[in-house]
Amino acid sequence: MRRVIYMMWKEVLELRQDPRIFSIVFIAPILQLTILGYAATTDVRNVPVVIVDADRSAASQALISRFSAVSTFSIIDIVSSIDEVDPYLEGGRAWMALAIPPRYAENLAMGRPTSLQIVADGSDASSTNIAMGYASNLIAGFAQEIVEQKMRSSAGGGSAVPGIEPRVRIWFNPTIESRYFMLPGIFALLLLVVTSNLSSMAIVREREVGTLEQLNVTPLGRLQLIVGKLIPYGAIGLIDATIVLVVIVFWFEVPLRGSFFLLVAMSWVYLLTTLGLGLFVSTISRTQQQAMMTSTFFFMTPMLYLSGFIFPIENMPAAIQPLTYLIPLRYFVIILRGIFLKGIGLETLWPQALGLLSWGVVILTLAVLRSSKRLA
Amino acid sequence: MRKAIAVGRKEFRQILRDRLSLLILMFVPAFFLLLYGYALNFDVQHIRLAVEDNDRTSASRQLISAFVNSGYFDLAAYVTDDRDYERLIDQGDIRAALVIPPRLQERLIAGQRVPVQVIVNGDNANTAATVMGYALSILRTSSTEYQVQPVSLETTSSGPLISVEARVWYNPELRSALFLVPGLIAYIGMISAVISTALSVVREKERGTMEQVRMAPLSTFAYIVGKTLPYFCISMGSSIAIVLASMVLFGLPMNGSWLLLILSLSLYLAGALGLGLMISTIAESQQAAFQMALLASFLPTMMLSGFVFPIASMPAAIRAVTYIVPARYFLVALRSIVLKGAGLPVFWPQLVALAVYAALMLTMASRRLHRQWT
Repeated sequence: MRRVIYMMWKEVLELRQDPRIFSIVFIAPILQLTILGYAATTDVRNVPVVIVDADRSAASQALISRFSAVSTFSIIDIVSSIDEVDPYLEGGRAWMALAIPPRYAENLAMGRPTSLQIVADGSDASSTNIAMGYASNLIAGFAQEIVEQKMRSSAGGGSAVPGIEPRVRIWFNPTIESRYFMLPGIFALLLLVVTSNLSSMAIVREREVGTLEQLNVTPLGRLQLIVGKLIPYGAIGLIDATIVLVVIVFWFEVPLRGSFFLLVAMSWVYLLTTLGLGLFVSTISRTQQQAMMTSTFFFMTPMLYLSGFIFPIENMPAAIQPLTYLIPLRYFVIILRGIFLKGIGLETLWPQALGLLSWGVVILTLAVLRSSKRLA
Repeated sequence: MRKAIAVGRKEFRQILRDRLSLLILMFVPAFFLLLYGYALNFDVQHIRLAVEDNDRTSASRQLISAFVNSGYFDLAAYVTDDRDYERLIDQGDIRAALVIPPRLQERLIAGQRVPVQVIVNGDNANTAATVMGYALSILRTSSTEYQVQPVSLETTSSGPLISVEARVWYNPELRSALFLVPGLIAYIGMISAVISTALSVVREKERGTMEQVRMAPLSTFAYIVGKTLPYFCISMGSSIAIVLASMVLFGLPMNGSWLLLILSLSLYLAGALGLGLMISTIAESQQAAFQMALLASFLPTMMLSGFVFPIASMPAAIRAVTYIVPARYFLVALRSIVLKGAGLPVFWPQLVALAVYAALMLTMASRRLHRQWT
């Protein structure tokens, strides 16, 4: 045990060689979290729209004012012919054009069906899709109101309009605030970036500098070496996790509906996997540059994209979906969102917890086995 | 200049010795494209829906089939109790539930207004917004069938009064692969350029060979050019490989000119290399350099460039921050060239911004380096 403590102390001293690393690992995550917390919003707001009003009537004005009233759209210009929208879309100044045809008001007054045209820039497919959905719904609601108004006036007013009244309720996140579901993911991501990178350099640095042989001739066991190396990084990770959690709950006011202790316990398990992963990378690399490329390209990037953190897993093709089970972040993201938003506990989340735990145990064992072969 | 080439050759030899890193830099980007081009998708389909039908009449069945036939919803379960779908949502088995009230048909025929409830799992806000949109439009359409049209309206129940005809330009099928490709190029170019230059300079510091370089009759300029040139070539090569691969695999239309593409790529990569050098003058160990490089390039390029999250939706303060992220400009230029086939008049401000960024980074880095050397 004393040896492990010495090893830890050595590691801390070495980290302190570059005093900046402490400010990086502690201050940077907070800074990143604050910026990303505000930036990582999939809500579509202020979509720049150019309106083609070929009618220029009170009725077309009424429709335009609907668009300017909602925060989803921001009208940047109103032109009078569809030919004028090209430069707006080409330069990305507008994402969408809404064209109101001539004689729109007249058709509407006569009760003749009218067709509006939406032209959207598809080069940012996801936002465009959402914005088009909003626009269609806005127009459909508007049309419905006109019909109902007419029906009321022809029925003598007062009576309710028959039909189905849609009542859509969003659970866990009634205002559809995307921050609530992005922030727990960012928490996981920051922990991953900080801890697995530190540990991915742990052993390969000694090898590169040539001190690994010296460590080999000391009476230090392999397990002691690894434990001594990982504990300081684990401690850094835990401190980071606590700070970031505080910011998420108190600054961003993301509701923490589930158990705080479960969250902390799960973060421990998660740290086990990220540290193990870094260590594993460290044992298979010859140089620090290699270690860093392996961990960014083969571990971090897939985790980011395939964990369901940004891109929903259920939207992926069936052939890719099983691949996501290989990604520890997948389990942790589900656990985090479950605890934060749904307030559920282990009784529902145990499969994910088990998945995460076995991932951590397997990767750590692999790393230890691999390093003992390398060290011997 | 000859000296710069000599440094470049030394650096290149060092890269060649490390086969694994070279392979990663050259081929992994194309592989990524393949994987993510197929995997990543924002389109919401096959939404798993549970139905609680408290009416069980032809009207309620018609409503359910309207959901299923829309192509967006998959009927996952019939439930009879509120608690059942609550449990299913908690477990993540279903994404939405449709609750049809008792006496739906009876009340509809009687000309009453009947509320029908749809519950959406909001844990993924993006998906939830889309699902809500689908549900609303299905319910509205179904509703018109029960509205007896007054005589003054010529519309029949088959069509709404105002219809929307949507057309999408540049990417008519809204394929996510087409919009991901420019983002992936920006992302991969940034990471490989920043990280590899930062580490390669810091490595010399760590090993002590920096002292030897300092003693050699070599100007900072020659050193910088020599150090960055090999990485510039590699990143350029892999970026062009991505474009070619996505043309073949995903039918990416290369509408614009190759010359403009290479020009914007060069400006972007120059900025990224400058950032890498800048980091290398600050960091003392590779570990620190790696952390800084990741935090300065990996996350901002991903999150603040408009690649994944729309910049227009961000709060004003964060929008201001995005102006210092070079990928922001590069993405606009790249999308304009590749998807829209636009020319210089459209995106020259973006290219100017990239050039300014590159010039700033490179001069700042070489100044710092110069000061450290003397």
